Amino acid sequence: MKEIEKYVKPYDASFTTMVPTNFVKFFRTCKIWQLFRFIMINIKMLIVVRKSH
Amino acid sequence: MARVVVLGGGVAGHTAATFAADWLGKDHEVVVVTPNSKWNWIPSNIWVGVGQMSKEEVTFDLAPVYQKAGITYKQAKALSLNPEGNASGDKPFVTIEYTGQGKTGQSEEVTYDYLINATGPKLNFAATPGLGDANGLGEFTVSVCTADHADHAAHEFAKCIEKMKKGERQKFLIGTGHGMCTCQGAAFEYIFNIEHELRKAGVRDLADMQWISNESFLGDFGIGGLHMKRGGYAASSRLFAESLYSERGVKWLIGAHVNKVEKGKVSYELLDGSMGEEEFDFAMLIPPFAGVGLKAYDKAGEDITATVFAPNGFMKVDAKYDAGAYENWKASDWPRTYQNPTYKNLFAAGIAFAPPHPISKPMSSPNGTQIFPTPPRTGMPSGIIGKAVAHSVCDLIKKGPSAHLHEASMAEMGAACVASAGKGLFDGTAAALTVYPVVPDFEKYPGLGRDLDYTFGEIGLAGHWIKHILHHLFMYKAKLNPGWTLIPE
Repeated sequence: MKEIEKYVKPYDASFTTMVPTNFVKFFRTCKIWQLFRFIMINIKMLIVVRKSH
Repeated sequence: MARVVVLGGGVAGHTAATFAADWLGKDHEVVVVTPNSKWNWIPSNIWVGVGQMSKEEVTFDLAPVYQKAGITYKQAKALSLNPEGNASGDKPFVTIEYTGQGKTGQSEEVTYDYLINATGPKLNFAATPGLGDANGLGEFTVSVCTADHADHAAHEFAKCIEKMKKGERQKFLIGTGHGMCTCQGAAFEYIFNIEHELRKAGVRDLADMQWISNESFLGDFGIGGLHMKRGGYAASSRLFAESLYSERGVKWLIGAHVNKVEKGKVSYELLDGSMGEEEFDFAMLIPPFAGVGLKAYDKAGEDITATVFAPNGFMKVDAKYDAGAYENWKASDWPRTYQNPTYKNLFAAGIAFAPPHPISKPMSSPNGTQIFPTPPRTGMPSGIIGKAVAHSVCDLIKKGPSAHLHEASMAEMGAACVASAGKGLFDGTAAALTVYPVVPDFEKYPGLGRDLDYTFGEIGLAGHWIKHILHHLFMYKAKLNPGWTLIPE
């Protein structure tokens, strides 16, 4: 939550946004979880690519 | 033997030319006219611009690739079209001026049976005083629009890091350099890659990061934003964009038309009519795009540029150009075949076709200054359109003028986009997005304009891996290595 403490200021534009917690940030670079997401995103993208051709 | 001339060797032109050559074989001739000697995978220029790739890694020589494909390659820029020929003959031709191959400055008339205009844009730096002039990029800012620009940007960025390591505070200003720009996504990628590199260099605390763009809301990206399913909601891209900017400590200024660039300072006008200034130590501002300035003449030599091209210099195709106000816009306004309505052997692909209107809602300040994103026509849609146009031309040649034309409407196709937010095998991140369709269809998908089952996005390391793989995959495909036709656009 260091980023929130550092960058979010009361009543600044950043104050009314959603900001990721440590839990969310951890999973963004968690290799095992991201490997799973890599497969899922590729499948989703291939479906969109197929629909677009 | 028919001759197909392709103007431009970017994503759309290269795709069209290589597929046309593959499908037509040796019975017909494919000619590519492009002023560049190298092909550039532009999405990776972002990484060149922060010193994480060399410009050699994102480019390759076109000549050997075209030789392998049996394509006639002319390193030249197109100057004018004569779609009816001239007084000495009925054969249509394009007038070109060489920029290389030992013929620099020489002119030539290249006749054609079919012409595909895929010139891409003119980077109109001259539209904003101080951003550049008719010769290109100015001295106060940097750009990542070409590999050379990105290489220059990387050197300037390295100088900033050196200053910061000595304790000097630096302000980074990234975004769009005019009220009518597109390609916000490239600037988005660049500011977060800059921020990521500053963290890696241990100098992030000495950096002030400022975003400036012509979007009316963060996350518009020139496509009117998008919605994604998240946590049981259909959430706007604005939420995710603002979240990322807040998380990374990037301040944002939106609805801005940069009207002047000076050394270390830009002046701007906002949608509410107010004026302001922003200082910077390092600025990368995307220029607006325009057509490359091709002229057209009829058989008698009369100027018919306004018949063939829209006022912005892009080629007219089968779009509905009289749709009027935003409230009247429909998905069906967007072109399907990209055939010129006047000259049926002329086609346009990629950025070179004139869109019927923007995708984002047009807005202007009380002073009458137009400030809104113009529509993007790059990346996956550009490649798909190039392939569809090549398919149509090949069918017209092989089956005759009654052949069915292939269709690729941006209002019926989706796009996959991977926006890097920092490079690194284990600490990099990128936003992986799909949007379906690219142009929202509010009749088919009332409310949000898009299919929520096929429009999604998330940020993470997986996205970075995908972007890195796409870099190698598309470089491989563009070099026409074995199996290249199996890789989708």
